[in-house]
Amino acid sequence: MTSEPIPPASPGTDPDASQVGKAMRRFIADIGPSAALAMESCVHCGRCAEACHFYVQTDDPRYTPIHKIEPFKQAYERELGPFALAYRMFGLTPKITAKELQNWQELLYDSCNMCGRCSLICPMGIDIADLVERARHGMFAAGLVPEDFLGALEEKENSTGSPYGLTTAQFKDMLHDIGTKYGVVMHVDEATADIVTTVSSIDLKMYPSSMAAIARILNHMGASWTFRTDGFDADNVSLTAGDRAGQRKITLSIVRAALACGANTVLMPECGHSYTEMRWEAANTFGRELPFRILQITELLAEGLSSGLIRVNKVSQSATYHDACQISRRGGATAAPRVILRALGVDLHELEDAGDTSWCCGGGGGVALIKRAQPLRDKAFQIKQRQVEATGAETVYTSCSGCRQTLEHGGKAANWNKTVASLLELVAGNLKA
Amino acid sequence: MTLLEFARGPAFRASVAIMTAGIVWRLVGILLLRRRAQHAMPRVGVAGRIAGGGSTMISRFIPRRTFWPRIAASVLLSTLFHAGLAIVLLGGAAHILLIEQVTGLRWPNLPQGFVTIASGLTLGSLLIMLARRLMHPVLRLLSTADDYLSWLLVFLPVVTGILLAREILGSYETLLSLHILSVELMMIWLPFGKLMHGALVFPSRGVMGADFTRKGAAT
Repeated sequence: MTSEPIPPASPGTDPDASQVGKAMRRFIADIGPSAALAMESCVHCGRCAEACHFYVQTDDPRYTPIHKIEPFKQAYERELGPFALAYRMFGLTPKITAKELQNWQELLYDSCNMCGRCSLICPMGIDIADLVERARHGMFAAGLVPEDFLGALEEKENSTGSPYGLTTAQFKDMLHDIGTKYGVVMHVDEATADIVTTVSSIDLKMYPSSMAAIARILNHMGASWTFRTDGFDADNVSLTAGDRAGQRKITLSIVRAALACGANTVLMPECGHSYTEMRWEAANTFGRELPFRILQITELLAEGLSSGLIRVNKVSQSATYHDACQISRRGGATAAPRVILRALGVDLHELEDAGDTSWCCGGGGGVALIKRAQPLRDKAFQIKQRQVEATGAETVYTSCSGCRQTLEHGGKAANWNKTVASLLELVAGNLKA
Repeated sequence: MTLLEFARGPAFRASVAIMTAGIVWRLVGILLLRRRAQHAMPRVGVAGRIAGGGSTMISRFIPRRTFWPRIAASVLLSTLFHAGLAIVLLGGAAHILLIEQVTGLRWPNLPQGFVTIASGLTLGSLLIMLARRLMHPVLRLLSTADDYLSWLLVFLPVVTGILLAREILGSYETLLSLHILSVELMMIWLPFGKLMHGALVFPSRGVMGADFTRKGAAT
């Protein structure tokens, strides 16, 4: 179902009644049976709090995941639920005020990574992370998105497709420079290619070596591949901000770029949310099944290592692995990194909570963008810190640049002596000649 | 018309009608919302939607091991309450007789002592659940009037049932009337509040399980 677009209210202004109305209309616009079931089913048992790193680390009950969508749940009951008429006639749910909604911004953005650990513990099977994402759509429509998000969206992503404001010409130059610096052949804007590879903005800014790593591996495989300047940045800050129109624009630009060169595979970078968006939502946005596969880089690596297309030297190293929530728990690609680490001969010391039950790093879902959330993020990071230290491993590998960045920042704040590294770059650095 | 005749006659018929209509209305109101088509190709090699949804309906009864240390009290209380209630409802001689009168089905009852212990555990767990709801900061924040009303409407049949079984604080007929009426009150409220989770729990788990199984993700 594609709902009518609801234009966002002007950001930065005080919320008023019309903004609240926009938020609630946007929220209920896309409610189908599964989201309605989720909102109808809560028994207020509070177990979701015990799965949330923000609650566990602070004991603040406001961080209870299901509480974060409370104003929107009330809007559903009043406007769309089976007893909506009675709710309205008898005033059974109070109308949310503009001020209250403004106060909810911290709960929906600063203190939720949409990591879905709460969804895993819920005895009723409520996907709370999905409801938070929908609530963010409402907050965006009301102009109640944190300023830090707007910086990336208003000025950059919406005009260039990249939250750092990179134009296609700048991207092309950057790829050329990376190719020269790392001595690797880059394929850009090929007319036809089997694989279209995308990048994450965090890689563009922080880890350009990862783009060289992708190129090195694809060249090693003898693949027909290309970067496309008409659809390169998969980061999609719009998605985490709640900007449906922006999210759609970024997603479709990648789909169209892949269609234009007849690709059979779109390769997603080390980035969590971009994977779930492209793998599980892009086809819905496009309106029909896509004529190509969408693989996260770890899936391609695992496939290549298993088939022999990628040949690596063994690595004598003990390490642990941090699962990105959107790739593992919510994306379904939990097994791939383990296949890679095994193929490399890494002595893997799994975290106490690894794979599907892994704790979030604290930075996902755009939370890392919010400067004022730094102290809260650092508290959430302590869980990961404790679990990594318990393994005795010196290096933490991950397959998400956002997690990598958050773990590095958290480690720096905690004077940590662990190395955080990319699994992709580990493979690229150990390819057999 | 005596109180017992009222409870067994018009009150019973009205409560069954309201409960049935309410449940149907609420389920239909949810399930008739417009469904969004799923165009993404499912992950290769995963179970089908029905198998995934069905297994999640069962698997969510038991939380994953890592969650236990923080939710053991909640899980044990909930299990004790629901199991106790099931034993009393399906194993008590009087309830089996009632079921036989309505449906024609019957099965052997459990020993009276066992049922008495189960009803005591049900009552005890209910009281502790209320105390937790009043004292635990998270539960206090989440709780609404529905939580307390639903608790009361479950508590009353349990208490009147125990009094009836032991015939204390009133005559048999009065206690039986009060017990039936309290059950009917609960039935009337069931579709409108959280007691509806009895009807929603499997669809809710099933829909989520089917969706996540398709992705090969954790259910």
